[in-house]
Amino acid sequence: MSDFSFMIDGVEIPACEGQTILEAADAAGIYIPRLCDHEGLRHQGSCRVCTVKANGRSVAACTQPAAPDILVENENAHINKLRRDLVEMLFHEGNHLCPICEASGNCELQAMAYRLDMTEPTQFPYLEPCRALDASHPDIALDTNRCISCGRCIRASQDVDGKGVFGYVGRGIHRRVSVNGDTLADTDAEVTDFAISSEVCPVGCIIRKREGFTTPIGEREFDKALIGHDIEEKRDD
Amino acid sequence: MASHPEDTAQKSGLSLEEKATIRSICREVEDDPARMMDILLRVQDRFRCISAPAMDVIAEATGLSRIAVEGVASFYAFFSSEPKGRVTIRLCDDIIDRFSGLASVTAAFENALSITVGETTPDGAFSLEYTPCIGLCDQAPAAMVNDLVVTNLTAERVHEIVAALKAGAPPEEVLVDRYAERTPYQRAKEMVSNNIRHAGPVLLGPVPEDAGLEAAVETGPAQIIRTLETSGLRGCGGAGFPTGRKWRAAAATEADRRFVICNADEGEPGTFKDRVLLTERPHLVFEGMTIAARAIGAKEGIIYLRGEYVYLRDLLEEVLADRRNRGLLGPAIMGVDGFDFDIRLQLGAGAYICGEEGALISSCEGLPGEPKTRPPFPVTRGYLGCPTVVNNVETLCHAARILGTGAQWFAGMGTKDSPGTKLFSVSGDCLNPGIYELPYGVSIRDLLEMVGAEDAAAVLVGGPSGTMIARDTFDRRLAFDDLATGGAVVVFNGDRNILEIVEYYMSFFVHESCGYCTPCRVGNVFLQKAIGKFRKGLANPSDIAYLRDLSDTIIETSRCGLGMTSPNPILSTLENFPLVYSAVAKPSADRTRATFDIQSAIENARQLAKRRSHIYDRDFTK
Repeated sequence: MSDFSFMIDGVEIPACEGQTILEAADAAGIYIPRLCDHEGLRHQGSCRVCTVKANGRSVAACTQPAAPDILVENENAHINKLRRDLVEMLFHEGNHLCPICEASGNCELQAMAYRLDMTEPTQFPYLEPCRALDASHPDIALDTNRCISCGRCIRASQDVDGKGVFGYVGRGIHRRVSVNGDTLADTDAEVTDFAISSEVCPVGCIIRKREGFTTPIGEREFDKALIGHDIEEKRDD
Repeated sequence: MASHPEDTAQKSGLSLEEKATIRSICREVEDDPARMMDILLRVQDRFRCISAPAMDVIAEATGLSRIAVEGVASFYAFFSSEPKGRVTIRLCDDIIDRFSGLASVTAAFENALSITVGETTPDGAFSLEYTPCIGLCDQAPAAMVNDLVVTNLTAERVHEIVAALKAGAPPEEVLVDRYAERTPYQRAKEMVSNNIRHAGPVLLGPVPEDAGLEAAVETGPAQIIRTLETSGLRGCGGAGFPTGRKWRAAAATEADRRFVICNADEGEPGTFKDRVLLTERPHLVFEGMTIAARAIGAKEGIIYLRGEYVYLRDLLEEVLADRRNRGLLGPAIMGVDGFDFDIRLQLGAGAYICGEEGALISSCEGLPGEPKTRPPFPVTRGYLGCPTVVNNVETLCHAARILGTGAQWFAGMGTKDSPGTKLFSVSGDCLNPGIYELPYGVSIRDLLEMVGAEDAAAVLVGGPSGTMIARDTFDRRLAFDDLATGGAVVVFNGDRNILEIVEYYMSFFVHESCGYCTPCRVGNVFLQKAIGKFRKGLANPSDIAYLRDLSDTIIETSRCGLGMTSPNPILSTLENFPLVYSAVAKPSADRTRATFDIQSAIENARQLAKRRSHIYDRDFTK
């Protein structure tokens, strides 16, 4: 049942009152790239990778309500370029060394770079932050050098686990994800938390100890298909 | 894992008495997490820092997690986790201060205190830091000293001040002659000249007391809004949204509670008009808020005062108390049953972004000053989820005057799209910096003549998020359909280095980005680095295209107005001063990338190896 419809790149999309552009697109099998958004979590609209043009104006598809008869541009050279810039910014802001990262192949940042054809060195400078590892917890380690500040772990812990293990601290380029205490061991985090599960952290920042490389490189999710394939497979045309 | 209470006491380093003090600070605001700003301001004041153990106590009292408290405490520049000096001196390092002798003032402070900027004296007596524009550009160099300000600093004055402070005199006595005997207004005037250079008919000329409020009481809410719509009044903070339409939307939203918020977080570098209104016309500001409350049916109001203007707090509290005493605030205003409205003052703590209305609301709610997702807009869902009108100080003053004197009178001034008068804050290279109340539509050339800046080479209109224009376009007019502005006009003469100005403003935006969204958080750092290349002579012609390209991405993808305007210093100077860039961008002669700096590239390795490179080190003496 839909209340109204609107267009994404010439395709008519049914939508319900209260749905965001991204939710309606997902349901219709149209993939809009995103990193900070994750099904089942509150929308945050911070990574801006889901930027689309709605009636010519840039908006974040994950937070912008769908509205009757709007014309949305999702995939074109210009928007892909904007998204590639944003993904490159995230790469350059942190320390992302795919060949030595356990998340390689399951990493949404890496997969997004492939999807957006980020295939050559970029022009941006590397910020090369130096952030301390937190391996204090018996079952979990945090390498925030790989964090892209998507905040999915924050929302998952707060809203799904009912805990509040993570939160943002600082401002501007110094804003980062931190934990509710001096170290992770001071918190009530458990390896069974949804926030700690592999589906929440899109990169290799949250590490579950003693379970690395259970799936060999080459056989991982994005080794087999582009990111967004699960949504695009739903499209019935 | 929660620790045993005794463990915490031991680990925390807070005495039982200190903990009790923090708990009582929380109790003063009824342990309300929405009043986190007030709690943190008081803890910072009392302990000179907000330590991790203090955050634990605050978290427990307010029912929040420590990370939630830390998120707020680590966001605002005036909060610190390390103890600050009992006297904290914050030097304004705006570009105007730099061009007015900041370097010698800084050196004088550093000498007199034997510390460098960013440090605290070992005895904990003094801290010295830099802070962005504190709204005193018309009397730079200026500084905050704890909750007071000092202007027109010279090296001599610095030595006098430090000597007196070191001798044990409290800052109040050092900075304000006979402080104890004076009223808050006199103290403010003693510290700051308001430099009203041209008083117009609306705001700075004679203003009849509460005439607007009387009219508002007589006519009722619907007519108030109609009058404002007829007047054509537009928001004076810079965006220019029609005020009547904003009030109508808030009034039309079904709700039990509604709020009026006065945005006194004047942070755009070069803007200081609200400082003058808050000092000279505080009754008019509160009258405007009360009229807004009448129009939309609000019972509660907040004035959000930027932390830099804390020296005006006592003055404003005194005026609020006076209005309560006279029945102009509180229950049954002017004897009208059901017309209840009161105002609380919310102090900020050093965050430019809080001038953005969503961020301002977040801060009032005790959260980090991050903009909110729009829609919903504040008029439908604002402070604590209730319909909220957020208006600039000047807008509220205009509204009160319009109600008192008439919409036609107001609309008869200025231009068709920009009716009325506007306060312009003029600073920089001119003879008469200060405040000018002029009708919209005045040309830059006429204004420059008035302020004594005939030799101006560049004028920044609207602050760094506005437009930098060059001599050939000084005929442009100050109005929404030409040069829109919140009121800042910063004048630069031909001796100033445009790239130095641009680099400063980019560092300002990097400092003030909230960090919520990727393009503003990261992109502005890249822009700042790219301008640094031009400044160092390392840029090549392709870097000009890079600047434009990156700027476009930031503008198109940022979440709020900060990122949508932060590249403006670059874009408007590329447009209006192209030679400044092309003159220093050179193709490299030897096919190497000029941007690659071998010295900095090997610096890390050099330090690790503890030896120097015979090939690459040009200078062995350092």
